Amino acid sequence: MSSTGDARMQSAAPKAAFKLSMLLYDQRYRSITIQIVFLFALMLGIAWLVDNTINNLRALGRDFSFAFLGNPAGYDINQRLIEYDSQMTHGRAALVGLLNTILLAIMACALATVLGIVAGVLRLSNNWIVARLMTIYVEIFRNIPTLVWIIIFGAIMSESMPAPSAFRGDDPSASMLLGDAVAMTNRGVYIPAILFDNNLGNLNLGVVSPSINWILVLLAILGGIFAHKRIVAHATAVQNATGERPKTWWKTIAVIAGPVVLLFIFFGAHLEYPELRGFNFQGGIHMRNSLIAMWLGLGIYTGAFVAEIVRSGILAISRGQSEAAAALGLQPGKTMRLVILPQALRVIIPPLISQYLNITKNTSLGLAVGYMDLRSTLGGITINQTGRELEGMLLMMAIYLIVSLTISSLMNVYNNRVKLKER
Amino acid sequence: MSDTQPISYVRDTMLGQQEPPATQRGVVKWLRENLFSNWLNSILTLAALVAIYLILTSVGPWLLNSIWDAESLRECRDILDGTPGACFAVITDRWHQLLFGFYPPEHYWRPVLALVLLLIALAPILFAELPRKMLYFSAVFPFIGYHLLWGGSVWFPISVFLGFVAGYIAFRALAKVSALVSVIGAVAATLVWWFFIAGPFDAAMYSVAPIGLEFVRSESFGGFLISLVIGVTGISLSLPLGILLALGRQSDMLFVKTVCVVFIEFIRGVPLITLLFTASLLLNYFLPPGTNFDLILRVIIMVTLFAAAYMAEVIRGGLAALPKGQYEAADALGLDYWKAQRLIIMPQALKISIPGIVNTFISLFKDTTLVVFIGLLDPLGLSNAIRADTAWTGIYWELFIFIGALFFIFCFSMSRYSMYLERKLKTDHR
Repeated sequence: MSSTGDARMQSAAPKAAFKLSMLLYDQRYRSITIQIVFLFALMLGIAWLVDNTINNLRALGRDFSFAFLGNPAGYDINQRLIEYDSQMTHGRAALVGLLNTILLAIMACALATVLGIVAGVLRLSNNWIVARLMTIYVEIFRNIPTLVWIIIFGAIMSESMPAPSAFRGDDPSASMLLGDAVAMTNRGVYIPAILFDNNLGNLNLGVVSPSINWILVLLAILGGIFAHKRIVAHATAVQNATGERPKTWWKTIAVIAGPVVLLFIFFGAHLEYPELRGFNFQGGIHMRNSLIAMWLGLGIYTGAFVAEIVRSGILAISRGQSEAAAALGLQPGKTMRLVILPQALRVIIPPLISQYLNITKNTSLGLAVGYMDLRSTLGGITINQTGRELEGMLLMMAIYLIVSLTISSLMNVYNNRVKLKER
Repeated sequence: MSDTQPISYVRDTMLGQQEPPATQRGVVKWLRENLFSNWLNSILTLAALVAIYLILTSVGPWLLNSIWDAESLRECRDILDGTPGACFAVITDRWHQLLFGFYPPEHYWRPVLALVLLLIALAPILFAELPRKMLYFSAVFPFIGYHLLWGGSVWFPISVFLGFVAGYIAFRALAKVSALVSVIGAVAATLVWWFFIAGPFDAAMYSVAPIGLEFVRSESFGGFLISLVIGVTGISLSLPLGILLALGRQSDMLFVKTVCVVFIEFIRGVPLITLLFTASLLLNYFLPPGTNFDLILRVIIMVTLFAAAYMAEVIRGGLAALPKGQYEAADALGLDYWKAQRLIIMPQALKISIPGIVNTFISLFKDTTLVVFIGLLDPLGLSNAIRADTAWTGIYWELFIFIGALFFIFCFSMSRYSMYLERKLKTDHR
């Protein structure tokens, strides 16, 4: 606003001699004065804080160094995605914690998205009872703090689930679900794991060493998705040329599922079921109570917010759009896929990004149920053991900041792709 | 049969309208339209009914068969004798702790009175129909509320208040000289009063007239009292701070803008819990050696800064949604920057951002539960403390229901108020 005024004044104002009072009263100079004063105050403030910190550290006889990250950690982490034992370094422990944070964030984001889309769409359905139920879900979960939900789910897992011993005996009081595949106990949930007979070993990348088998499976899936895109593009080209769209669904299934199935057969993949041995279940994947409580707490809580976002996104599309689609002769499914959804997505994506960021930041509440995330490893036990609060906290904040900025920039790239292209 | 036969009967009046068919009226029609319009809807309805039935049969007896009067969980179980039932006796036994923490019981009237006065102070802000004179009370309420909750010398909040009075007097006295000088003078007068006169004034007046309520230490605050103190203070401070940050981010001045952007993005990029730990662990590093101030105050500062960054983004959205013509019109009227903001820009921008602002308030209030991690006894912390007592070991759901219900009441009424405000301020006709 004032910049245009400045420009005009600069050309019109008479060339008066510079007076000191013009620094305050002349619009041309005032903003510079304010900024210099502001900058000075800011520098003074920062200098004061740094000076205090240096004095305090000196008084405590400490230095400022991150060398503690290389020292042995000496504590165990009960959930680890990469190899770790208590003899490894604090830095390694922080990495294990960070991976746990990321795992939880991805799981919770997926659950929240699915729940949110279902609840948001059902809340708009003309089925009276279902719409009311979804409203109750959204209002109850939105208006009670996440932390309360996390603790409630933690209590449900540890208090209401049967102990492993309840599964024993001829007439057990508890039984496994899905044909003896899943066991829900008060020590966590046991699900089958996929194991390979022919292991190709691990790829050593220095810090982490993922299994080559899984890397190949992942590559096959990515390749399948790429091939699917080519098939669809080809189908569109054929349609444009001839007017007939060739059927593509079986090709898509073949290119995506085919290589994966072949790889699985070649590797000799089989499921390892959890089994009750001794006092506990053995085998399979053990999802700890802390992980389940965090996953359900964050996922269902944030799902209520996503539901509201989806609902407002769909409501934002005017009725004329679906009427126009009907007038063009599009079937309801195609109306949704080709007309409503692409427009609703533009409204939905930006607030959805901030919900994903919220989930990522809320994973730091893991402490409440003993989930070993970044906050519990680097920001918890490591700080307590080494006494390096300042360094540990700053490092942890920096890591969270990097993760948040990465997610938001990735999602912004996606947002730019789906957003309406205007001039 | 034959055409000679006389016609015996001719209807000379219209038949009355027939009732619509049974499937097209009343309950049946409603059911068909709203619950069983097609097979997918029918399946959904049946699934929903089954879900409701399962929830009611599992939770219903437990809730209906609840015990409200017992000394311990064991006694509850003895009374219930194996049948499912809730033991709400823990609430009758410990409700005062969940609400007030370890606040001295003989002083419970003070937080209660503070809450009532808070509602009176909020009323003129929330509802524009009330007389505007009530706003004077809202202005002095923070000082009354502080004195009621913490107590101590009555002259302390008065001397702080007098600092604002001194600033106002200086502002009026210098207003004739120039706007800028009067603002600088007002700030200077307030600071001079607070740093040099307030302390001796407080001490002198207290020695002359030692009036005041008994001092209550911050450590004894707990339960919903602490959630409300942090929540209400954070909410009332974060809005003005958020507006300033949003204006700073939109500013033409490069330094101001950069600092605001860095501040907002930093705060929004880290979890609140790290900021709370900074308040409890690291603040001692950043402040001069020997400074030590109240933990609740530190938490309030951190929560306010956190909410202000989110508030700034919400308000920036509102500012961005205003058509450029509004700014140009304000310029054309010859209004200076602050007048334009106050009279033209902000009323419209804030109106657009009401839903977002109230959402930020609600999440701030919910986030007050995180103080449990730095050792403050909020309702969740107290529920752990109650469970640590042998009488109530193993009691979970009753406490969670009580805590959840209280949070629900506050947050739900906030969201309903925001809808009311939106409807009231809606001036377009769509």
